[in-house]
Amino acid sequence: MTKQLTRDDLLKAYRTMRTIREFEERLHTDFATGEIPGFVHLYAGEEASATGVCMNLGPDDHIASTHRGHGHCIAKGVDPVGMMAEIWGRKTGTCKGKGGSMHIADLSVGMLGANGIVGGGGPLVCGTALAAKLRGQPLVSVCFFGDGASNQGTIFEAMNLAAVWKLPVIFLAENNGYAEATSSNFSVACANIADRASAFGMPGVTVDGFDFFAVYEAAGAAIERARQGGGPSLVEVKLSRYYGHFEGDQQTYRAPGEVQNIRETKDCLLQFARRVTSNGQIGQAELDAIDAEVKALIDASVVKAKSDPKPGEADLLTDVYVSY
Amino acid sequence: MARKITYQQAINEALDQEMSRDQNVIVMGEDVAGGAGSPGEQDAWGGVLGVTRGLYHKHPGRVIDTPISESGYVGAAVGAACCGMRPVAELMFVDFLGVCFDQIFNQAAKFRYMFGGKAETPVVIRAMYGAGFRAAAQHSQCLYNVFTHIPGLKVVVPSNPYDAKGLLIQSIRDNDPVIFLEHKALYTMEGEVPEESYTVPFGEAAVVREGHDITIVALGRMVQKAQEAAAELQKAGIHCEIIDPRTTSPLDTDTILESVEKTGRLIVVDESHPRCSMASDIAGLAAERAFASLKAPIRQITGPHAPVPFSDALEELYIPSAAKIVAAAKSLKEYR
Amino acid sequence: MSAIYPITMPKWGLSMQEGKVNGWLKQVGDTIEAGQEIVEVESEKIAGAVEAVAPGLLRRQLASEEDVLPVGGLLGVIADASVADGDIDAFVTEFQSNFTPAGEDEEDQGPTPQKIEVKGRKLRYLKRGEGGEPMVLIHGFGGDLNNWLFNHEALAADRAVYALDLPGHGESSKDVGEGSLEALADTVADFMAAVGVDGAHLVGHSMGGAVALMLARRHPARVRSLSLICSAGLGEEINSAYIDGFVAAGNRNALKPVLADLFADSSLVTRQLVDDLLKYKRLEGVGQALSTLSGKLFVNGRQSSVLAQGLGALGKPVLVIWGEEDRIIPVAHARALSGGVQVEVLGNRGHMVQMEAANDVNRVIARFLG
Repeated sequence: MTKQLTRDDLLKAYRTMRTIREFEERLHTDFATGEIPGFVHLYAGEEASATGVCMNLGPDDHIASTHRGHGHCIAKGVDPVGMMAEIWGRKTGTCKGKGGSMHIADLSVGMLGANGIVGGGGPLVCGTALAAKLRGQPLVSVCFFGDGASNQGTIFEAMNLAAVWKLPVIFLAENNGYAEATSSNFSVACANIADRASAFGMPGVTVDGFDFFAVYEAAGAAIERARQGGGPSLVEVKLSRYYGHFEGDQQTYRAPGEVQNIRETKDCLLQFARRVTSNGQIGQAELDAIDAEVKALIDASVVKAKSDPKPGEADLLTDVYVSY
Repeated sequence: MARKITYQQAINEALDQEMSRDQNVIVMGEDVAGGAGSPGEQDAWGGVLGVTRGLYHKHPGRVIDTPISESGYVGAAVGAACCGMRPVAELMFVDFLGVCFDQIFNQAAKFRYMFGGKAETPVVIRAMYGAGFRAAAQHSQCLYNVFTHIPGLKVVVPSNPYDAKGLLIQSIRDNDPVIFLEHKALYTMEGEVPEESYTVPFGEAAVVREGHDITIVALGRMVQKAQEAAAELQKAGIHCEIIDPRTTSPLDTDTILESVEKTGRLIVVDESHPRCSMASDIAGLAAERAFASLKAPIRQITGPHAPVPFSDALEELYIPSAAKIVAAAKSLKEYR
Repeated sequence: MSAIYPITMPKWGLSMQEGKVNGWLKQVGDTIEAGQEIVEVESEKIAGAVEAVAPGLLRRQLASEEDVLPVGGLLGVIADASVADGDIDAFVTEFQSNFTPAGEDEEDQGPTPQKIEVKGRKLRYLKRGEGGEPMVLIHGFGGDLNNWLFNHEALAADRAVYALDLPGHGESSKDVGEGSLEALADTVADFMAAVGVDGAHLVGHSMGGAVALMLARRHPARVRSLSLICSAGLGEEINSAYIDGFVAAGNRNALKPVLADLFADSSLVTRQLVDDLLKYKRLEGVGQALSTLSGKLFVNGRQSSVLAQGLGALGKPVLVIWGEEDRIIPVAHARALSGGVQVEVLGNRGHMVQMEAANDVNRVIARFLG
């Protein structure tokens, strides 16, 4: 049974979702100036998924993430200030400026890394889960992956491996409807990604990814089952991304008004705020205060990132090996 | 006389001793035990050629059979290494690299750098390689050069039982991802191997034979071919120095260059295909850094730019022979 | 007709299959005394000189510098001037046609080392020869029974000779306990009891000499005589840079210059010797064993135990052999000895004098024992 959310939990969930949103909206704005190197894939719109899942995890549980990984990082506890510096290519970044947006990782909080290879994380979580199982630790591992990765062989192999080894793994499919510029209506052969769970003899559920509470409950049930030794599950979260595959994607493949409509009617933060204020659990002023704190944090992170030093020539060849 | 065991036994002993020393060491792969889920015997195979036989019962729960699912279990080994396990994953034939390379070169090899030095991935991937078993094009390749190209990986190619044991123990204790390649034609080779545990460090070439006329750098099984050739050449008054790099990454360039500077002649014997090979790499090294010492052109003796053939008649032509080394050495000695 | 004597490639150690000619010390026509060094040859492990087995003229050199011959192969021929050239040629032809080098499989391995459990420790030893008053050979710090490669067989001509690996060395257990001289001496005494040797002539090299001395003090009934070669325990001075360097060296480049101090002629430090020592040093437990021993026996650059004063009181015949150029333990320690101790100093030889001047050392010990 999933843990009942306390007031503090609700505040924490809201703060996490707001931090992700603010982080991504700010990147969207700043990327347009051309100052941020490389390319970024923004998570805005999907906040309820990362937050709803990670609220069920402790720091020793592991997650593997995707190229669209900022939200997973923040929800798992990676410091947003270091992340911002990383994305700006600074030596002070989470990965010393050597990884960038697609490779932010912090093993100290169980974050195995965003991943530039679609479907790359599936096998990795089988390993972290195997380690926990062999050591007799009640730890779980979550593999976030998208509708695009759902068609990769690595994900199928990982699901089968997790099932035959009965590993504490949750395959968390974030189906935002598009793999790059290709619709999942075209690329996924079955109606729901979750339908594939039965092929591997594991439970599969589909939940509304705009609803934090629905994600929290569904992921929580799967995580608890895994923690108790019940084996892997597949949870499909249906949601939407507010921005393109990467920044600069004009999204001409989407229907006119599609994103606008979702933002106005389904947005996870709007839904969450409406629910917790209307039932009297949290006051609007408290949420406003969080909004202001988060904005100040993100503003400060950008100011710091811009002024922090970039790595130098001496850093080019370090960190390739532990010893060589 | 010290105890003699085979290359295959040396590998088994290294795994056994390391599994006893450290509970974090696990062995995983297709049929590394064999018999999982079946009604008959467990540890039925102990690896497709029996290399891991017996470990299953000695180390309960830590010799783990996998589905035929290389990406899945190699990636799982990498993930387990990220949280402190020391997995030894067996990729039965190195040719199966094709179905799991991403987990090795984009994941394991890159973590430490991409994550700013915060990751350690002490995974070992063992694989059989090499021609001579009539196993044809998809079960006979070398491919150490492919791994050697990738920063973040270490690549080990032992040529004898002593090195196999010491290098495998070093591989398991090493904190970086290591590709440990076993030539299948060497499994039955016998040699003196201490009973105790010991390590052979990476990046330290062995000087297998000393000589002042020609340097022969040879890898893996080719060390034997070079020794045969050197014995033959000795009778003709040509004294060869044989260098076995033992690891291609890191590569002991100093020992190779010192020898070339002494002899002024270099032959590199490499069983893999010629283009972008260890042979071309080492030849390039000598050309760039020992040019002034060279008295004759550098010769590369490799397999041809063709897949490994099946028919024994063709496969014998494919594999570099001692006769080819002898002929090359004589032509270098007579050059100018 | 006077005799014709072949000079053949010697077999130095169990693994030697062939040797390389490094150079002739005598030329065709030179007069040779028995025991004189005639030709220098080199195995993978060591270089040395082949001695004449009989007097005469060097009549033929059948191998030239750089030639590699199998063990037993014909290097040259010694015969009196009276022997006709034709007879020598016939001898050579016959020798060559009858000679077949020992293959690796059929090769006569001779005696092989054995292992024995002594008070929970596994000790490796090699026994050669039978009968007589037995002898025990005790190697030095970082050595093993192979340090007696050139002595063991000669010394075993008329007696049983045991060479053992001390704890922490060779293929013996690597646990050295507290690492004291007393403990090492007791282990050797226990070893003697285990192999059924009540009393023996002890020959100790370097640290092994100090072990022999300590054994004579603690277990006098087990000791018939002492032959101490470049021995520890006879003075305070020791080359601590060598000890520390040997303990610390982790690779060839670090170890090779350290080993140069062992020999008067540094070229004797072959690559094989360096590689063999590295193999030993890389065995689990060796680093700890060497650190423990050096920390106990060689403290602050001095030897902890000086036992020279008690030599006379032992009441045993004592022979001391030293290489004059010893750069590990100074020859002064030998020269300072007095009263009833036979001292032999060999010029132009270093610390590993039993290898560098094997024939001389073997002869001195044989004469000393009568």
